[in-house]
Amino acid sequence: MSADLHPSDAPDDRAVISRRTVDLSVSVLLFLIAMALAYDNWQVGIAWAPDGPEAGYFPFYLCMIMGVAALVGVARSLTDPGGQDGFVTRGQARRVMQVFVPTLIFVALIQVLGIYVASFILVSGFMIWLGKAPVWKALLTAAIFTAFMFYVFDVQFTVLMPKGPLEAAFGL
Amino acid sequence: MDALLSLMHGFEVLLTFDKMLLMLVGITLGILVGVLPGLGGPNGVAILLPLTFSMDPTSAIVMLSCLYWGALFGGAITSILFNIPGEAWSVATTFDGYPMAQKGQAAEALTAAFTASFVGSLFAVLLITFLAPSIAEFAIWFGPPEFFAVYLLTFCSFVGLGREAKHKIVISLIVGFLLAAVGMDTVSGQLRMTYGSVELLRGFDFLVAVIGLFGISEILLTMEDQLAFKGQKAVIRMRVVWETWKTLPRYWVTLLRSSIIGCWLGITPGGAIAASFMGYNLAKRFARDKEGFGQGRIDGVLAPETAAHAAGTSALLPMLALGIPGSGTAAVLLGGLMVWGLQPGPLLFTEHADFVWGLIASMYLGNIAGLIIVLATVPLFAAVLRVPFATIAPMIIVSCAVGAFAVQNAMFDIWLMLAFGVVGYVFKKLDYPLAPLVLALVLGDKAEDAFRQAMIGARGNMGVFWSNGLVGTITTLALLMLFWPVIMKLVGLVRGGRAPRTA
Repeated sequence: MSADLHPSDAPDDRAVISRRTVDLSVSVLLFLIAMALAYDNWQVGIAWAPDGPEAGYFPFYLCMIMGVAALVGVARSLTDPGGQDGFVTRGQARRVMQVFVPTLIFVALIQVLGIYVASFILVSGFMIWLGKAPVWKALLTAAIFTAFMFYVFDVQFTVLMPKGPLEAAFGL
Repeated sequence: MDALLSLMHGFEVLLTFDKMLLMLVGITLGILVGVLPGLGGPNGVAILLPLTFSMDPTSAIVMLSCLYWGALFGGAITSILFNIPGEAWSVATTFDGYPMAQKGQAAEALTAAFTASFVGSLFAVLLITFLAPSIAEFAIWFGPPEFFAVYLLTFCSFVGLGREAKHKIVISLIVGFLLAAVGMDTVSGQLRMTYGSVELLRGFDFLVAVIGLFGISEILLTMEDQLAFKGQKAVIRMRVVWETWKTLPRYWVTLLRSSIIGCWLGITPGGAIAASFMGYNLAKRFARDKEGFGQGRIDGVLAPETAAHAAGTSALLPMLALGIPGSGTAAVLLGGLMVWGLQPGPLLFTEHADFVWGLIASMYLGNIAGLIIVLATVPLFAAVLRVPFATIAPMIIVSCAVGAFAVQNAMFDIWLMLAFGVVGYVFKKLDYPLAPLVLALVLGDKAEDAFRQAMIGARGNMGVFWSNGLVGTITTLALLMLFWPVIMKLVGLVRGGRAPRTA
């Protein structure tokens, strides 16, 4: 589809999706969100109570303005001359995923292993797989960095971070 | 004279070993934040804010504002040596800064940039010292309608003066407002837009939003560009600094012009980004040798840097005097005030004089210390940039996660941060501005309260916003700002229509 817009380019430079498609989808999504929130606020009450405007009054009218702005966005994205441009090329999308997917796994790991073990895995893994760094260097850097974070947050400023089984084994 | 006495008192508050140390830490971290891609003023401050929960407010604001000055300085290093703006406000610095570095004048360019920053900031701080107390004194008489009118003015100026598509600015503002409204309504206690979720009861914390929108999204964008830093080397020698300083008085008109532009755009929330471009363009327009610009002229570095820093610093003026920040970072600092239990607004000057004047004094000292530190440590920070991005990126991600969690000790906030990161990535790619979103998120509740109190007082009559000369003027000014582009177009049409007749 939209990838055919630049058929001659190398596969990495081909657009995954056109700017217009994303712009349009975001505008439509924002419009739907505005309407859904407007409905919620309408239920809370948008009228005038004896003690002043009801709780939904202010947000309701904001939703209305946002709905109108989103509709303008829909119209603009359809007429935007630059809309044919790619939103993101395949190479870019791949590189973004290379950092986004590990981050997603990292956040999931925090819940299981605590933030420090998860950080150690993220930093060392990132350096080994993406940075092609020697394993010992990656492990050492990750260990020093994690220890530093632990010292600053848990010890120095007593901001308690989520912990997992490893910390439990040390009795922390 | 009062201001001078208070300022002296501010220095007294500041000149303790602890606070000086915090200043140094703040500035160094700030330069690092400004240099590293994926970190910047607003989210650098946001990540460190939880660390300050246990500090006294004065120490906290001194450290965080110094971080802000550091970030302003740091942005110039990457622009000049690597042709990569570390911050959006240093884009204009690359136009002449990088060519200078290529010609082997990196040290001159850096010295010029840092000194210009210093001059711009100093100009803005002087303005704050002598203007802010009077504005605050005047604003003590403000009631809810006046405050709402000032909020309206802020939001309308964003829309009217912003360079992005107007509907995108409006959407960004309203998304911020709506996020602020999620959770329990402060007036009636009713739940709004929580959809039965317990996590949403707390509402959205602006710090989590800032860290995701600015930090995570910036990492994604940086990755996309496949950054390989290939930069010019630089060591700044004292002799070069001296030689450069000797030439600067020649450019006093450029410095003064950029300072004024910067202060104007900083106080009305046009922001440092707009200021830096405007400073550059005006310097080019008034220059005799226009072709020289873009090929490495020293005033091409001076003009945008002075304006950016004047704007970045003067953005704190409305924050201190009125409780309304003029920039994204100022908005985060304002959020900090509320966390530390201070009520931002005109009363701050009378009720927390130590705090206010300590902060203002730290602007003077912070900028002097910043200038010295940044001149001395350029090679160090340039070396940081040669560390592979695959090493730095995960560390920034971890810092963001730690910062987001620390705000309320909630795991849910880390997920939220990730979601905001994706939103920020898409918004940035589609040219939605993010500063209005953050500003509205921080000020949303206060603006709504002011509106509702005004409405209650006036029994729902909108006329209250024109009920006296002051509030009427501000409201009218706000509407003027909102429709500024339309007005300019009409003026242009009228003039354009007349021109052929007179000719």
